[in-house]
Amino acid sequence: MSWSLAFALLQVADPQLPPVSTSVFVIATVIKMIVVFTVLMVGVALLTLAERKISAWIQDRHGPNRVGWHGLLQPAADGVKNIMKEETYPDAAYLPLFVIAPALAFIPAMLTFAVIPFASPLPTGGGLIEMVVAPLPIGFLYILAIASLGVYGIVLAGWASNNKYSLLGGLRSSAQMVSYEIAMGLSTIAVLLLAGNVALNDIIWQQATTVWNFFGLAIAFVIFLIAAFAETNRLPFDLPEAESELIAGYHTEYSAMKFSLFFIAEYSNMVTASALLVTLFFGGWDIPFTLWDNQAPWSVVKTIVTGLAFAAKVLFFLFFYMWIRWTLPRFRYDQLMSLGWRILLPVSLVYIVVIAGTLLILDLLGVRPGALHGVILGVVNIVLAGVLFLVLDSGRIISPASRRLRADQLRRLRAMRSRSPLATPGGD
Amino acid sequence: MAIGVKVVARPIEQVSYMRATLKGMALTFKHLVNPHKVTTQYPEEKEPISRRWRGTHRMLTDETGKAKCVACGLCPQICPANCIKLVPGEDEEGNRYPLVYEIDEFRCIFCGYCQEVCPEEAIHVGRHYENAEYSRAGFVYDLERLTAQTHPVCEMWDPDDPKGE
Repeated sequence: MSWSLAFALLQVADPQLPPVSTSVFVIATVIKMIVVFTVLMVGVALLTLAERKISAWIQDRHGPNRVGWHGLLQPAADGVKNIMKEETYPDAAYLPLFVIAPALAFIPAMLTFAVIPFASPLPTGGGLIEMVVAPLPIGFLYILAIASLGVYGIVLAGWASNNKYSLLGGLRSSAQMVSYEIAMGLSTIAVLLLAGNVALNDIIWQQATTVWNFFGLAIAFVIFLIAAFAETNRLPFDLPEAESELIAGYHTEYSAMKFSLFFIAEYSNMVTASALLVTLFFGGWDIPFTLWDNQAPWSVVKTIVTGLAFAAKVLFFLFFYMWIRWTLPRFRYDQLMSLGWRILLPVSLVYIVVIAGTLLILDLLGVRPGALHGVILGVVNIVLAGVLFLVLDSGRIISPASRRLRADQLRRLRAMRSRSPLATPGGD
Repeated sequence: MAIGVKVVARPIEQVSYMRATLKGMALTFKHLVNPHKVTTQYPEEKEPISRRWRGTHRMLTDETGKAKCVACGLCPQICPANCIKLVPGEDEEGNRYPLVYEIDEFRCIFCGYCQEVCPEEAIHVGRHYENAEYSRAGFVYDLERLTAQTHPVCEMWDPDDPKGE
């Protein structure tokens, strides 16, 4: 194709309508891929520094401050160090999976971000470019599918290392991710009920025209938040790593850049989870209290402002992740399972029913989605949150896996034990 | 819960995970916005050390730049770590001086007896603590090195002035 023809193809479209030519689409997508990847990678590098700085401030320390201005070049120093370091391979490791596991952990985190809209559409000479790498109509289903792939990297890393601690870490992570994925998926059903669509742009539009979901669907938000912490293996759910008990768990045997890749994967997962939280519950790139940014005519200014709004919201959640990490201690394994299966799962199930019922009643009463609709949902949520708080506040979350036995149960168990072939003469 | 483990009933406000979480988050946030930083930025700023600090040695010199040591042999005698090596010599006028005077700072326990016992106030322990070397041999300070050190010397405890005022 000659340059003049390419130039002509780029010129034909109306800036306010989607591009008509395939070449515009291809070029725009490639540019978006490069930009998003670069921003994410640089962001992840800076996040490692932010994590260390915030942890330092919380603990009354200074944090890294030797490399560059206030330690700003620390990520670069770390990167250079990790690339220069020796790669070690345990003798008994299964090498193909051992090598591929870090990539398997890292790729899904990147993939998920592809469908998250990060700004309002950008009008260009070639047509209106959507500010999302891949504007999938089934965006949310794609996210659920890809997010569950993330566990493979960790499990395979743990298994291929041929190390008992790594294997335990991998097993824990699979159990944890499977448990919390259910609560995560169920909590988002309320969002989908409200939006009536799984396309992320429609979810954002629904929130922009009514109220943000964190108000209308507060409990779904809390469940999703907790599940997102568990899915990204962040404290208080970092059982797969568990430095103090599993010696870094699944990445005990990793060194140099492969170890670093697990770190990058963890932080990109955090970014993706934060972006998802923002998209589903905090209106994505929407600026609150105005529809100016959500409607045509689109302009470059709108794209920049909404992009900044999105970044600010994501950064808040990233900070929240770190704040939680340096506040809460790790859950015990039975507490983790108990929270996932005995609290989050039933609560999210009941919540779906309640929200569906409320939506049905509102529909029958003829209340259209809008301010009043949102306020009613918000009130329902506040009441539910109060009830939930009262129930959970009775010391149930950190209580052991089962309650204390009654005296008669104890007698029965002791009688059973005396009949067991394993019983010893002393009874103990 | 294992059979027969005694469980103490605690009031809800003590066992509530949620309240503890919120309280903890408030606490960490308070420290985040208003950190009580206590770190000393070491190479740039240094904590003051005591006037009686006993660090690496210094040999004081007289006006001509010669070491004050008269090689009496008291310091190797009293040294509990046996880290001082002294070979005495004598010049034409009959003045004794050290031919060899070496202190192995690795063996030294920095008790300060050498300074206390020295009749000429020649050998001193110093108020100094940055002693890194690249080799073990670097820690054997010879006479030249001992006289070349410039850091302040320790003020020994004085029974007449026990608080050092």
